[in-house]
Amino acid sequence: MKKWLFWFSAIVVLAAMQAGVRDVIGPYYFQILILVGINIILAVSLNLINGVTGQFSIGHAGFYAVGAYTSASLVYYGQTSIRAAISFLPHMAQDVVLLLLGLLAGAIAAGIAGLAVGIPSLRLRGDYLAIVTLGFGEIIRVLILNIDAIGASRGFSGIPLLSNFFWVYFFVLVTVVVVHNLVDSSYGRAFISIRDDEIAAEAMGIDTTRFKVMAFVISSMFAGIAGGLFGHFEMNLHPNSFLFTTSFYLIIMIVVGGLGSIEGAILGAILVTVVLEAFRGFGPFRLVNFAVLLVLIMLYRPQGLAGNWRLFRKAGAR
Amino acid sequence: MNTFLQQVINGISQGSAYALIALGYTMVYGVLRLINFAHSDVYMFGAFMGYYLANNRWVQSRLGTSPASAIVIMLGAMILSAGLGILIERFAYRPNRSASPFTLAFWFGILGAAAGQLIGQSFATLVAGAGIGILIGVVIEKAGLRPVKQDSRLGLLIIAIGVSLFLENGGQQVFGADPKFFPEIIPTTLMNFGSLKVDSQKLIVLGVAVVLMVLLNLLVHYTKTGKAMRAVSHNLDAAKLMGINTDRIIAVTFAVGSALAGAGGILVALLYPRIDPLMGVTPGLKAFVAAVLGGIGNITGAMIGGLILGLAEVMAVGYGESTYRDAIAFIILVLILLLKPDGIMGKGSTEKV
Amino acid sequence: MAILHIRQCSKRFGGLVAVKDLNMSLAPGDLYGLIGPNGAGKTTIFNLITGVYTPDEGSIELDGKTIHGRKPSAIAKQGMSRTFQNIRLFKSMTVLENVQTARHMNKKQTVFDAIVRTRSLKAEEAEIRHEGMELLKIFSLDTRAHELARNLPYGSQRRLEIARALATNPKVLLLDEPAAGMNPLEAIDLMHLIQFCRDKFHLTILLVEHNMKVVMGVCEKIQVIDYGETIALGTPKEIRDDPKVIEAYLGGA
Repeated sequence: MKKWLFWFSAIVVLAAMQAGVRDVIGPYYFQILILVGINIILAVSLNLINGVTGQFSIGHAGFYAVGAYTSASLVYYGQTSIRAAISFLPHMAQDVVLLLLGLLAGAIAAGIAGLAVGIPSLRLRGDYLAIVTLGFGEIIRVLILNIDAIGASRGFSGIPLLSNFFWVYFFVLVTVVVVHNLVDSSYGRAFISIRDDEIAAEAMGIDTTRFKVMAFVISSMFAGIAGGLFGHFEMNLHPNSFLFTTSFYLIIMIVVGGLGSIEGAILGAILVTVVLEAFRGFGPFRLVNFAVLLVLIMLYRPQGLAGNWRLFRKAGAR
Repeated sequence: MNTFLQQVINGISQGSAYALIALGYTMVYGVLRLINFAHSDVYMFGAFMGYYLANNRWVQSRLGTSPASAIVIMLGAMILSAGLGILIERFAYRPNRSASPFTLAFWFGILGAAAGQLIGQSFATLVAGAGIGILIGVVIEKAGLRPVKQDSRLGLLIIAIGVSLFLENGGQQVFGADPKFFPEIIPTTLMNFGSLKVDSQKLIVLGVAVVLMVLLNLLVHYTKTGKAMRAVSHNLDAAKLMGINTDRIIAVTFAVGSALAGAGGILVALLYPRIDPLMGVTPGLKAFVAAVLGGIGNITGAMIGGLILGLAEVMAVGYGESTYRDAIAFIILVLILLLKPDGIMGKGSTEKV
Repeated sequence: MAILHIRQCSKRFGGLVAVKDLNMSLAPGDLYGLIGPNGAGKTTIFNLITGVYTPDEGSIELDGKTIHGRKPSAIAKQGMSRTFQNIRLFKSMTVLENVQTARHMNKKQTVFDAIVRTRSLKAEEAEIRHEGMELLKIFSLDTRAHELARNLPYGSQRRLEIARALATNPKVLLLDEPAAGMNPLEAIDLMHLIQFCRDKFHLTILLVEHNMKVVMGVCEKIQVIDYGETIALGTPKEIRDDPKVIEAYLGGA
């Protein structure tokens, strides 16, 4: 009962906001609001593998890119045939179908990439895992840079504008709910046990490889969705949006917010995106100060800004 | 045949530059188990210090373009890079593991200087800002705010990323984001070995790199400090118990590694004169791959890894697809980590259950 | 029929032979002790049985099924559970959560169930919670169910580790120095606890322990290991009087 009510009211609220928010806050802040939403999806999903399962992956931008380019390709190259197939629907509904198909394709492609990267990599420990995921992220980027059909180094332009405030924040909600529910189950306990003590987890019958890969694939699928939403908003994609610096910024988001908690990931995503975007006017100094702030937070408050604060009913994600 | 040998020489001199940077990574990983992402920016710093020294009027008037001036520039850059390395270790990495007074003062000083520069564009406001920042930092520290000591390698990695971002953006702010051109401090002559034409610069780069690596080897294997460095890299706690001042040894390791990176910066600037504050990013990553290839923590490994990577890249560009050049490093990285993570010279270690 | 059967097992680490031609046979319901001087190879044997190491030679069977060479989690699913020498609790979890985590055998929730929070998931989660609390009650830890495991006193942490190991419904329980760090009173409680567990849960228990009072008081059969080889096997009385055992512990005359 409560579930249907929650989703129904959420959809109503989001739709209402969608109608007016851009006019109320202006296009500049609207852009930031959208980016915040996309980064929340990225941060919360990254937190699942890094914070909850304790596997240090710094190649998230790679899956973000796979999702973005896959979704864009499907829509760009397929829209005529798809629209023809559903021509009985009103144009707006066709847009929705296109977007959802694109996001689905992006999520699946990113998930497959996650599987391909995860299976060989996840048997490595700590630092080595971090570097191998970094390496894979860069390999994905260089591959994209060399595929002509999706723009290569010129970039992929002409992507239809299909995502908007409603869809971005709808998927923010979906991501948060899915990750939260997953953590509050035997799967979540398995993930956390792997983070806390992998050897003990194995001894208690938890197939750590299977769960690590599971967390990795789920987290990359959401990165793929974020990518699709990003591409269909910017209408333009370039491999330079997916450098390893992007992966670094995502790590900074979840660490500054507080590693291991969904609240921390959300807080970190909001904070870092706002600092990066809104202070653009201050020149390179914003990044210098930002970097110093990062070092200071890590030295003086390593548990992140959210620390142990929890908003959602305690789910064991500490 | 000639082109092949030409490529080999290119590869070796490229590789020796990678090796110099890789040595810094491997040495720091050896003593701290930290992948120092900021290392690539020390390399950039070295190149810029060389640039400013070379363009400095005093140096130009006294020494002209003689070999002496080149040596002065090289040494100067190395010393300044070593200094930067020591500062980074002291104020970014050390607070994580042991007492580190004035850390807050240092960073607040930097924030203050940045603020000062933003408000008024003069040197005076910068100094004033720095001064205020340092003062505030000292006061807060005296009031009791201390860094949290924690044993988290992930945390250290994040700090390293932060320092790297700081140096790159700081570099853009201080040096200017647009590229500069490194002056020719060593004249280039085309030398002929039979039908083989070799650029003298490449030979000098190779020669200097070899000399530095030999000196490093002497330091590590034949001095007391070197022995201490090796001890610390095996077991920090045991070294402490043996009376080794581990903080000092770690600082020395950083200094030496950074000096080598600075030298690498100058040598690469000789080969590719275009320098900019972000020049460290890609070579840094590649040098890191070289270090991992050779076995991270192993000095000989870093040298071998650097050479192999340099050769592989040059061969790939020469005989394969040049757009994939950057990917070569990452492909090697991924393959090594998946097949033999301990690298060419490394040995495995098992966790005690 | 032996429930745990080790035949001619050997394990080498580089040039060091840790375990040599080991034979061990546990009957169902045994309270079996494994003792020997430090460095004799006892923990290596544990790790071989639980799948952390693979034997270089020989075979290990649990209830007739081969387990050597398989992953620890697969062996655990076959009915083997253990505690650790240096307590390995899930530090960020509460007492109850530690036990709940181990209670996943035969549970049916799918990822979809978890994400959508179906009725079957909620029912199963309630079941896991209930079963966990029941187990904690037996170990007198139910009053501390929602405390963080790492905040418990040492003795309680050891009990929790045993409770967690039992949550997997094992046939064989391996206890790795459970009395380490305990005072004599706690050790006596532990002895009663071990016997109680064997009786109530129909277990076979293999115990590695240095505390001789506990070993002699609780074990029905004892195997003595030195330098990776068996030097004696028998009842506590036989072992106590065996000259080879005495020599191994006290050194040669």
